[in-house]
Amino acid sequence: MNHYLPREAQIVARTEESPNTFSLHLQLTDAAPYSFAPGQFNMLYLYGSGEVPISIVSGSAEDGVLVHTIRALGRITKGLSALRVGDRIGLRGPYGRGWPMRAAEEHDLIIVTGGLGCAPAVSIIHHVLMHRERYGHLSILQGVKHTDDLIWREQYDAWAGLPDVEVLLAADVAEPGWRGHVGLVTALFDQLSLRAGQTVAMLCGPELMMRAAAQDLHERGLAADAIHLSMERNMQCAVGHCGHCQFGGHFVCRDGPVFAWPQVRELLGVRGF
Amino acid sequence: MDDNGFLPRQALQTLLDVLRRQGYRTIGPVVQDSVVQYRDIDATDQLPSGWTDDQAPGRYRLTHVDSPRCFAWATGAQALKPHLFHAREVLWSARRDDTGRLAFSEQEPDVRRLAVIGARACDLAALNLQDRHFLHTINDPYYAAKRQGLFVVAVHCAYPADTCFCASTGDGPRAKQGFDLALSELDDGFIVEIGSERGRAIAAQLPLLATTGEQVREATDAITEAANRQFRQLPSTHLRDTLFSRLQHPRWDDVAARCLACGNCTSVCPTCFCHAEHDDVELGGTASRHLREWDSCFSEGHGHLHGFNVRPNTHHRYRQWMTHKLGSWHDQYGRSGCVGCGRCITWCPVGIDITEEANAICAGDLPQEGSP
Repeated sequence: MNHYLPREAQIVARTEESPNTFSLHLQLTDAAPYSFAPGQFNMLYLYGSGEVPISIVSGSAEDGVLVHTIRALGRITKGLSALRVGDRIGLRGPYGRGWPMRAAEEHDLIIVTGGLGCAPAVSIIHHVLMHRERYGHLSILQGVKHTDDLIWREQYDAWAGLPDVEVLLAADVAEPGWRGHVGLVTALFDQLSLRAGQTVAMLCGPELMMRAAAQDLHERGLAADAIHLSMERNMQCAVGHCGHCQFGGHFVCRDGPVFAWPQVRELLGVRGF
Repeated sequence: MDDNGFLPRQALQTLLDVLRRQGYRTIGPVVQDSVVQYRDIDATDQLPSGWTDDQAPGRYRLTHVDSPRCFAWATGAQALKPHLFHAREVLWSARRDDTGRLAFSEQEPDVRRLAVIGARACDLAALNLQDRHFLHTINDPYYAAKRQGLFVVAVHCAYPADTCFCASTGDGPRAKQGFDLALSELDDGFIVEIGSERGRAIAAQLPLLATTGEQVREATDAITEAANRQFRQLPSTHLRDTLFSRLQHPRWDDVAARCLACGNCTSVCPTCFCHAEHDDVELGGTASRHLREWDSCFSEGHGHLHGFNVRPNTHHRYRQWMTHKLGSWHDQYGRSGCVGCGRCITWCPVGIDITEEANAICAGDLPQEGSP
């Protein structure tokens, strides 16, 4: 089997999330089966330009639509941002190890995200809400640099209204009228009523945030291996061959992107790795 | 026939002829652009007889001596890697029609059979590591096809360069594994050892004589002496924990001040596997080829991540290279990624010596912060 070969996918819908963040809703045009686990990613191919790794935001592939939220920052993501409904791209995947959703069943969940890190974590929320009876209390903690960076505001509001779900937001810099916390997302931990032995934490965002959050949650009683985090690196092949995503001995694309904290603790946040 | 025999020098051509008749494309060492390089050969007079190499940090020179020997040199800049993991290779193509529909077609892997004559023990150790990388986890069809058709005639190394340290990594100078046939070169011919059933079938076609005890002794002594002549060495074959405990060592800054981050070391390293992928659009605009090309952890783009560089300066890049090569390779593939070939030392334009740097970083107690 040739793992490098994309399949054709068509854009069936497109949503604007913020001035430079958008979501592509994609449908594969062939009939071959496709399934994924929350936290996995696809390689999206823009014709003539190349591929980028993008995590899947949807909770499942059941309706055949795969949602990818993308920030237009580089050559290829800017190119993807110019596409419209009906346009076609390449897609191959899913790749990597996702969140430990099976092991987390019957546990409370704390999801901590920072900045753009929210996209890979949204698939967790979708998955939990689709299988609500399998999971305990769900805490969603989202930190952003500026309140303008917060995407999916309506969705956060909707989640906050659900039973047994709490949503706590933090911004380093807040606009007038901001009702969330001003400061670091880790400061929100004081507001949680943690049942340390029955809780699994899932972190996604800047490495220094994840390092601080993991350490803090650990000190609050969570076992080190109950803390999971999603890493990001340059990825070109997605199968552990091209070497760009190496983090110490790990190939983030294949061994991750989701790791248990002890697997990556040694180098997490160390400049240069 | 026993597991070895003696092939008179004038019969070496028979080996080439037999391999070619069996459908192999034959490549071997030739002198080209003042360097020993592996190229297509069909006659033994193309081999570099009488040539020997003089290598030192940042230096490679060939000199001609009066000797009939064809393998009286240590290494060229490359050996097997470019023939299995091409420096540039098309993976697939995309075609776009008038309506915007895309069709993807995979590049057919190259299944031609290739026989290489002259591979060294270090080259075979590196081949084994590339196998682990490209075949043992997720199969790379392009590497796999070429690897499957590879026939290796090794030559035990009796002429290590001053930059060689394969004895210290445990990978040479005797080729221990991974060959179909192995040769020991003597003045009047070659002792031929059989390493595989395919090798046995080829050897059966050769006019082999029985070896004498004297010939075997001479060949064995030459390999022992080749190990003894090496003076460079790594502090140990397992430096993972030592290196990762010394990420703040001042020597990283010291080497970064000398390193040009040119990537020569990664280009000549027989185990480096990093490659970048990119698209090459045909002029008409209706088709685009997706390629991979060797990349280097010393390049600007290697650590690039949406507007941010994981390894912004040379200090980070050299440290990444060495902690990977000698450290995290153990996590990935159960051993160091260095086979002691010394190419990175020879081909470094400023003569940075990995053994010297590793010894400086790993020696003694960990320096205290702030010490010189």
